[in-house]
Amino acid sequence: MTGFLSFIPRAVGQGIPLLFGCTGEIITEKSGNLNLGIPGVMYVGAISGVIGSFFYENSVGEGSMNAFLAIMIPVLCSLLGSFLMGMLYCFLTVTLRANQNVTGLAMTTFGVGFGNFFGGSLIKLSNLDVPTIALSKTSSYFSATLPFAKNLGWFGEIFLSYGFLAYLAIIVAVAAAMIIKKTRVGLHLRAVGESPATADAMGINVTAYKYFATVLGCMIAGLGGLYYVMDYASGVWSNDAFGDRGWLAIALVIFTIWRADIGILASILFGGLYILYLYIPTGMEHMELKELYKMIPYVVTIIVLIVTSMRNRREDQPPASLGLNYFREER
Amino acid sequence: MEKKIRVPLFHLAKREELSKKKKFIIRIIAIVAALLLCALLTALATGINPLEVYGSLVGGAFGSVRKTWITLQDLSILLLISVALTPAFTMKFWNIGGEGQVLVGGLATAACMILLENKIPSVLIMLVSFIAAVLAGALWGLIPAVCKAKWNTNETLMTLMMNYIATQLVSFFVIIWEVPKGSGKIGIINQNSHDGWMVQLFGSKYMLCIVVSAVVTVFMYIYLNYSKHGYEIQVVGQSINTAKYVGINISKVIIRTMLLSGALCGLAGMLLVGSINHTITTTIAGGQGFTAVMVSWMAKFNPFTMIPCAFLIVFMNRGAGEIATNFGLNPSFADIMTGIILFFIIGCEFFINYSIKFRKMSGGRS
Amino acid sequence: MEKPQAAVSMRNIVKTFGKGVYANRDVDLDIYHGEILSLLGENGSGKTTLMNMLSGIYYPDEGEIFINSKPVSINSPKDAYELGIGMVHQHFKLVDVLTAAENIVLGLDGALDLNKAKEKIREICARYGFEVDPDKKIYSMSVSEKQTVEIVKVLYRGADILILDEPTAVLTPQETKKLFEIMRNMKKDGKALVIITHKLAEVMEISDRVAILRQGKYVGTLITKNTSPKEMTDMMVGRKVELGIERPEPIDPKLRLRISNLSVTDAEGIQKLKNINLDIYSGEILGIAGISGCGQKELLESVAGLQKVDSGSIIYYDDDGTEKELVGMDPVKIKELGVALSFVPEDRLGMGLVGDMDLSDNMMLRSFRDGKGVFTDRKSPHERAEKIVKQLHVDTPGIETPVRKLSGGNIQKVLVGRELYLRPSVLMTAYVVRGLDINSSYTIYDLIVFQKLSGTAVIFVGEDLDVLLQISDRVCVLCDGQVNGILDGRKAEKSEVGLLMTSLAENHESVSEPAYAKTGSDPEKEGGN
Repeated sequence: MTGFLSFIPRAVGQGIPLLFGCTGEIITEKSGNLNLGIPGVMYVGAISGVIGSFFYENSVGEGSMNAFLAIMIPVLCSLLGSFLMGMLYCFLTVTLRANQNVTGLAMTTFGVGFGNFFGGSLIKLSNLDVPTIALSKTSSYFSATLPFAKNLGWFGEIFLSYGFLAYLAIIVAVAAAMIIKKTRVGLHLRAVGESPATADAMGINVTAYKYFATVLGCMIAGLGGLYYVMDYASGVWSNDAFGDRGWLAIALVIFTIWRADIGILASILFGGLYILYLYIPTGMEHMELKELYKMIPYVVTIIVLIVTSMRNRREDQPPASLGLNYFREER
Repeated sequence: MEKKIRVPLFHLAKREELSKKKKFIIRIIAIVAALLLCALLTALATGINPLEVYGSLVGGAFGSVRKTWITLQDLSILLLISVALTPAFTMKFWNIGGEGQVLVGGLATAACMILLENKIPSVLIMLVSFIAAVLAGALWGLIPAVCKAKWNTNETLMTLMMNYIATQLVSFFVIIWEVPKGSGKIGIINQNSHDGWMVQLFGSKYMLCIVVSAVVTVFMYIYLNYSKHGYEIQVVGQSINTAKYVGINISKVIIRTMLLSGALCGLAGMLLVGSINHTITTTIAGGQGFTAVMVSWMAKFNPFTMIPCAFLIVFMNRGAGEIATNFGLNPSFADIMTGIILFFIIGCEFFINYSIKFRKMSGGRS
Repeated sequence: MEKPQAAVSMRNIVKTFGKGVYANRDVDLDIYHGEILSLLGENGSGKTTLMNMLSGIYYPDEGEIFINSKPVSINSPKDAYELGIGMVHQHFKLVDVLTAAENIVLGLDGALDLNKAKEKIREICARYGFEVDPDKKIYSMSVSEKQTVEIVKVLYRGADILILDEPTAVLTPQETKKLFEIMRNMKKDGKALVIITHKLAEVMEISDRVAILRQGKYVGTLITKNTSPKEMTDMMVGRKVELGIERPEPIDPKLRLRISNLSVTDAEGIQKLKNINLDIYSGEILGIAGISGCGQKELLESVAGLQKVDSGSIIYYDDDGTEKELVGMDPVKIKELGVALSFVPEDRLGMGLVGDMDLSDNMMLRSFRDGKGVFTDRKSPHERAEKIVKQLHVDTPGIETPVRKLSGGNIQKVLVGRELYLRPSVLMTAYVVRGLDINSSYTIYDLIVFQKLSGTAVIFVGEDLDVLLQISDRVCVLCDGQVNGILDGRKAEKSEVGLLMTSLAENHESVSEPAYAKTGSDPEKEGGN
C-alpha cells in the first residue's frame, strides 16, 4: 500500500507535463495541423520560464521575493516563448504553406537546441560547479500545496499533494474537451480540421482558426515544460532532462483518440507506465527488463493506432485534413 | 443602398513553374539571409566580429585534416540516411522513422559483433552483420508499411512510435551486454580482437562510409529515375488514380519501397556501429533520422541535390560546434543555427510555389 | 404591368472563364415566389454557373441581380444567405464526422444550443415533410439523406429562394418522388424554387415554368403546361449543326466485344449499371449518349478492368475467334491476355496522365513494364513522344515539359496519341473533346475515324449530340444505368436521342441498328469464316 501510495503522486507528476502537451496538441490537431514541433515548444516553454525566474530571483534576491511575481513572471515568460513558437509554425505552414512535418521537425531541432543553449548559458552565468540551475525558491511557490493537504492522510497524498499547475492542467483539459465538444467555436474548429473546404464554404475563417488553435495549443504545451522544471524537478534545470516527453505527448494524442478529457486519465496512466519500471520487481540480475517496460507506452500507442485504423470507426480517426495545408483555389 | 463590393486587395495563386535558375537564386538568397542572421546572433553571443564567425565556421569543419575527414564522414552518414528515406517520400509515405530504422540496424550489427566474437572469422562477422542490419532495418520499415497498405494506418505517427520502441530495445540490450556490469554502457566492442570492425578502405577508417554512401546515392538516383520500380514509386506518389489506371499494385509498391527504405537505414546503422563508433548507445543515430527528413525534402527528393543540402547542415553543425567550444558556449548553439537555416529554407519554398497577385479587375472572383 | 414582383431578377448576366470562353452570355431570368422554375439545358450550357452567381460562388462579369426589385451584390455564400438565397450543390458541402444538426448550424453565429437547433430542425421537417434524424452522422447517411440535410440547412438559414442543382441525379425514383412532394410543399409555403435538370419527365412533372439555356445563352422561357418534351428538346439542343466529320462505312465489321448482363454497384451502394447487353464491332464507332453520371464511366471502366463488377460478362473476340473473358481482370492482365485495349478517360490529368511528369515519362505509363530487366526503356518513349508531338502538332516547349503546363487541347493530344500508339483493337474515349477548341477537336475526331478505318472497335462517349450523331455508326443511349435504345447513327434524329436520354422508354432497348449489327451477331459463325 505504501508503494502504491507513493506511486500515484509520482505517476501524476510524470503525467502532468504529458497532459499539457497532449491537450495542446489535441487542440492543434483538431484544426488539421500536425505540429511535430511540440517537443521543441515544450523545451522553449520551460526555458523561457526558467530565464524569467532566474533574472527575477537574481535581481531581487531570494529573501524579498514576492509570491505573485515569482509565479507570474515565469508563467508569462513561458507563455510568451511558446506563443512565439506557435506563431512561427503557423506563419510557415498556414501562411507560407510549408510542409507540416518538415516545419515541425525543424521546430523541434530549434526548440530543444534553444532550451539547452540558454540553459547552458544560464548555468555559466550562475558560476556553479554543477551543470544545473536550481531555482528552489521559485519552485517552492510552484509546488506549494494546500496547507491542510498533509493532514488528510492518503487522500491528501493522492489528490491534494500537487502544485497549482497540476490542477490547472486538469482544468485546461476539461475545458478544452468541453469547448471542442459543446461550443460553436469547438464545432467550427472540428469542421476546419475535418474539411477546411466545407468550413470555408460555410463562412468560417479557416486561417484564423488554424492560427488560433495552433498558437493556443503551443502555449498550453509550453506550460507542460514549465511544470516539469518548476514543480516536478523542483526548479532544477539540467540540459536534456526533459527528454522525449514531448514525443510521448504526441503519442498520447493518438492514444486518447483526440479527446482531451480522456487525456487526463491517459496521461496519468502514461506517467505511471513511464515510471512503472521502478516498481516492477526485476531483481538486481535483470535490470534490463526495466528498459523493456519503458517500451509499454509506445507499444500501446501503436496498438491503438492500428486498431482504430482497422476498426475504421469514423469518430476515432485523426482529423481528416491532418497534416495537409489548405489552399482555397486548389479545391 | 447597394452594399459596397468587397474584393480583397491581393490573392495567392499557384505559380507557373519558375525556371531552374530563378528557383536556385531564391534558395541561395534564403541561405545567405539565414547565414547573415546566424552570424549576427553568433556575434551577439560571443562578441566576435561577424566576419570572423564565418572564418570560425570554416575552421570548425575544415580546420585540420582530421576535422575535414570527420566532416566528410558525418556528411556521408547524413546523406546515406537522407537517401534511404527518399524512395518513401517520393511515394508520399511520410517515413519519419529513420531514427529507429538506423538504431535497429546498429543494434543488429552490435549483436553480431558481440555474439560472434572469436567464433567465426572477422570477415564473416562483417558479412553477417551486414545482412542482419539490413534485415532489421527492413523489418522496421515493413511493419508500418503493411499497416498502411492494409488499413491505411497513419504512417507519420506509426513510424514515430517505432523510433521509441527501437530506442528501448537498444537500452535493453545495452544493459544485457554492458561492460563493466552496472556501468550502463557497452564501451568499445571487441576492443582487442577488432572482430567485426568494418574494413578500412584505402588505408583510411573514414573511407568506407564515404564510399558506401556515394554508391548508395548513385544507386538511388538510378533506381528512382531509371528503374521500373522507381517509375512505379513516382506514379504512386503523384497520382493514386493514374497508378490504378495503369494497373500498378499500390500495396505492393508501398511495402516494397519501405523494405528498401528501412534496409538502407539499417545499413547506415551498421556503419555507425561497425565502422565509426564500435559501440552502441541509444543516441547513436543522434537525431539524424529526423534531420534526414528535412534534407531529403529540401533537396526535393533528388539524391544528388541532397549532397549540398546535407553538407550545409553538417557544415553548420560542425562549424557552430567549433564556435561553441572556442567561446565556451553550449554545444546546442549548433542546433539553433541549424534550426534558423531550416526555417529560412522552408519559408522560401513559398515564393517558389506561389505568387501574390494583386487585383486589377473590380469584382472579379474567378 | 400586372405582373407580380419577381423574387429574383437577373439582367444581362455575362460570365467568362479565361479569354473568350463564355459560360453565360446576356442571360435574363426571373424567379417568382410560390413557383418552381426548371432550368433546362445540356451539359455545359451554363446552368450551374448561372446559379452559382446567385449563391455567391462566382461573381458576374457584367449584368445586374435584383432581389425583390432591389439591386444587390453577392460576394460570398454568406451574402447569399443573408439575402435569403440558398443553393444545394451537386457535391454536398458537409462534414462527414459531424451530425446532421451540427452540419446544419455550421458557420452560424451565437451560442451553440443544439437542442434548440434540433427543435427548429424538427419544426422545418414537420412543415415540409422531411425525414431527418438530427443526431445521425453524415457518414452513415445515404445520398438522399445527405441531400435532405443540405436542403434543411438552407431552410434553417431562412432561405426563401432555393436552388437545387440536379437533385435527382443521385436519387432513386422513390426518393425523387418524395423530394418532389417536399418541393411542392415548399412552393405552397411561398418559396421560390429553381431546379436545375436535364430530365424532361421531371420538368414536366414538377415545374411551373421552364427556362432553357443553350451554350451559355438564354433561349427562352416556357409555361410547362403549354409545352411538350419535343418542343423543349428542340430548344435545348437547337437545330442540327452540320459539322462535316467524315463517316466512312465500317469495313468488314466483326464482333469484337460482347457485354452481357453487366451490373455494377458503386462504392456508395448505388447501382450504376443494370443488366447491360451490348455488342461492339471492329471497324465501327459506337457512340454512347446519356446525361452525365448515368453509367458511362462505369461501363468503360468495367471493360478496362478498373471497376468491380457485380455480375455479367465481357467477352473479347480475337481475330481468330478466340474468346477472352475480361471480367475480373486488371489492366495488366488484360494486356497479358494479348488484348490491345486503349482507354482515354474523362479525367485527363488525374487519371490518364501524371501532370508533373514530362511527355516522355507519360508515354511510359503504358509501356514501362515492357522489356526484360529492372530498367525502363527510356529511349523508345522519348522517340514516341517526339513522334506524337510532330504528327499531332502538339504545341509544347519540349519533350521535357511537365504535361500539366500544356493547354487542354495539347494535353489531350498527348493522351490520345499515347493510347493510339498501342495500336488498339478496342479504343474507348470519354468526353474526348471536352474543353478543347475547334481545331484540336477536329484533330481528335480525325484520329478516331482513322483508327476505325484500321479496324479498331471504338466506343465513343460524348456529350455533344451533334458530334455523336455525325461520328458514330451506331448510337447506344444510356439512361439511368440501362441501355435505353441503340440507333443507327446515320438515321437517328437528335430529338429522338434527346428523349431516350431523358426518359426511360416503355419498351426499352428500342433498336434500329444498321444491317451488320443485326445479321452478324453470332460470333461462332463469323469465327468460322
